[in-house]
Amino acid sequence: MLKKGGIVLPISMLPPGKKAVVVDIIGGEGIRRRLIDMGIVRGVEILVVKNDVGPLIVGVGEMRFALGFGMAQKILVEEL
Amino acid sequence: MEKMGVLEGRKELVVALAGNPNSGKTSLFNELTGSRQHVGNWPGVTVEKKEGRLKFQGIDFKVVDLPGTYSLGAYTEDEMIARNFIIYDKPDVVINVVDATNLERNLYLTMQLLEMNANLVIALNMSDEAKAKGIEIDKDKLSQILKVPVVMTVATKGEGVKELLENVLKAVEFKGERYRIDYGKELEEGISELESLIKEDEELSKKFFPRWLAIKFIENDENIMKEFSSKTALMEKVKLIQKKLEGIFGEDAEVVVADKRYGVISGIVKECVKKRSTPEERYTLSDRIDRIVTNKYLGIPIFLVAMWAVFEFTFALGNPLSDWIEMFFDWLGEVTASWLESIAAPDILISFIRDGIIAGVGSVLVFIPPIFLLFFAISVLEDSGYMARAAYVMDRFMTALGLHGKSFIPMLIGFGCNVPGIMATRTLENTEDRLVTILVNPLMSCAARLPVYVLFAGAFFAENQGLVVFSIYLLGIVLAVIMAKIFKKFLFKGKTAPFVMELPPYRVPTLKGLLIHMWERGSLFVRKAGTIILGVVVLVWILSSLPAGVEYASAESYIGRLGSAVAPILKPAGFGTWEAASALIFGILAKETVVGTLGVVYGAEGDALFEAIRQHFTPLSAYAFMVMTLIYIPCVATIAAIRRETNSWKWTFFAIGYTLILGWLMAVIIYQGGKLLGFN
Repeated sequence: MLKKGGIVLPISMLPPGKKAVVVDIIGGEGIRRRLIDMGIVRGVEILVVKNDVGPLIVGVGEMRFALGFGMAQKILVEEL
Repeated sequence: MEKMGVLEGRKELVVALAGNPNSGKTSLFNELTGSRQHVGNWPGVTVEKKEGRLKFQGIDFKVVDLPGTYSLGAYTEDEMIARNFIIYDKPDVVINVVDATNLERNLYLTMQLLEMNANLVIALNMSDEAKAKGIEIDKDKLSQILKVPVVMTVATKGEGVKELLENVLKAVEFKGERYRIDYGKELEEGISELESLIKEDEELSKKFFPRWLAIKFIENDENIMKEFSSKTALMEKVKLIQKKLEGIFGEDAEVVVADKRYGVISGIVKECVKKRSTPEERYTLSDRIDRIVTNKYLGIPIFLVAMWAVFEFTFALGNPLSDWIEMFFDWLGEVTASWLESIAAPDILISFIRDGIIAGVGSVLVFIPPIFLLFFAISVLEDSGYMARAAYVMDRFMTALGLHGKSFIPMLIGFGCNVPGIMATRTLENTEDRLVTILVNPLMSCAARLPVYVLFAGAFFAENQGLVVFSIYLLGIVLAVIMAKIFKKFLFKGKTAPFVMELPPYRVPTLKGLLIHMWERGSLFVRKAGTIILGVVVLVWILSSLPAGVEYASAESYIGRLGSAVAPILKPAGFGTWEAASALIFGILAKETVVGTLGVVYGAEGDALFEAIRQHFTPLSAYAFMVMTLIYIPCVATIAAIRRETNSWKWTFFAIGYTLILGWLMAVIIYQGGKLLGFN
């Protein structure tokens, strides 16, 4: 909504290979807390490495995380 | 001799290792302390506590390996342990192991350690990997900003360890200021207001670093808030400040604090890190391996092959070794017995030494080869990074049980032996998931139960032996699935943790690391389970030999009488004889002894034993007996493992109780149901 392609959507909807910036994390404190500890916070760039069956694999910098689908739906991002 | 001043009147320096999971903390711990380690439990919890000792420049160090955590909040057991150790045990120095390839995320913990006023030395670990990835860290700059000594290390190769220890010694007497995050005007106002209140309270200011406590109050830290809920004046102030900040920022203060921390960290990283401009590579080597290993279609076959390899390695290599140990103890028993006979020792003493002590020690030691080999194989999976992928691949199936993928690994190991299976639950972070996984693990039919199935299936179902045995294994799995669902639903309601798991990059494990892991886990089993097994062995011997003069393990011995007493309870299941009952009682010792006991009480071996069993059982009662052997009471080694890993007698007795009831119920249902259907 801000610029071309800048639609805000859950990261669970992005195909592999896409990069996006975290805009917001919705959901309870427990979920947010876990993500904060892992370094998944607002403004961070996330790379979708895998997204077909099972949990997603995402990358933050050099780190790789498996992310349950439910959790991935709560991370709102803006595609880059 | 000036160094002695540091330690005046002190026995040793206490150094704690803190760091993220996968930061190489364990490698550094191994490198520092080598084999001088002690593994125990943190008081009251199931998390393992590792301590080690070393001597450097004539000074004794006690090194405590804190659990690997991403943060020092109060949200997991691990975090509480690490945090409480720093607050209450006040280590002289905290070595913060930082993964140089992920500086940004790792510094989040560093910031929290600094806030606690821990006396920090940073080990910038895996600096070789960072370099290989084109990441250049200006460590002097980092040290200058944080006002903390920073040492480059490569723990797996022992590089930088000496320099690290020199810096630890220097840091002991450090009294100055460390880096402090400036949280911005609004937050700082709140922090300093609370800080001055805390300083006025002697109890608080003595125990805690005031600024840290103030920040924790603002963050609404669960534990801290609970602990001080009685200090109403202070709490009111805290609530007021939280409200005010939420008004200003439009969201929870804790999110603001976390955002601020990451903001500051990102600034520091910009100043200290230069990433060589390489043509952008989206996918790392690990990503490319993962594309195959976690593939939709290939993931599961690869996982199965890996597991098969672990089993082959463990049992193909371990069983012959176990056989040798068994043979050795048989031989030792005979040799000792004939020597005792030659010096005219009383029969009771001979029997005690041969059947009690030597057979007992032997029954513990035969476990050693498979257990050590299994732990070695598991360490390979863990240290290489594959374990996390296995959990990933299995997550699809385990989600159906309300568990995560990580729970699958202990279940699978349970087919070999439940003891290492239960110990492998340590990789699960969530206490409830871990308990459920431990409780259902005995339902995975271990290798020790196989001889019982082979005997009974051979006696009655020779034509369909494979199918019958397989049905027993399958029954175990089905029951485990059902019980896991029931436990999850009724005992641990709605406690499924959100699934986030780090997938560490693939690495080639070091032999030293593998051997240390194998040794520390294996020797723990031998020490803890060994003493319990030995105790029970001796008890069983006494029951079999008394009252004086009876034939060993006969109907007149106490064990026989016990069997006779239990037999009526087993009658509805079709095998209410004292022989079957005593065999089951002995089977608690180790499941394979069910066969041996039947041999002793029927006085038959080999083909004669098949014949004896055909006389005493029907096909239906034989099947019920096999089901009973599968489910009823775990063996003592497993009981010991459950006790150790849950750290609770309550759950241990629960496991014994539910398996006994479930086993009896299933055996009765099969026998009575079978009779109704016209089977015999």
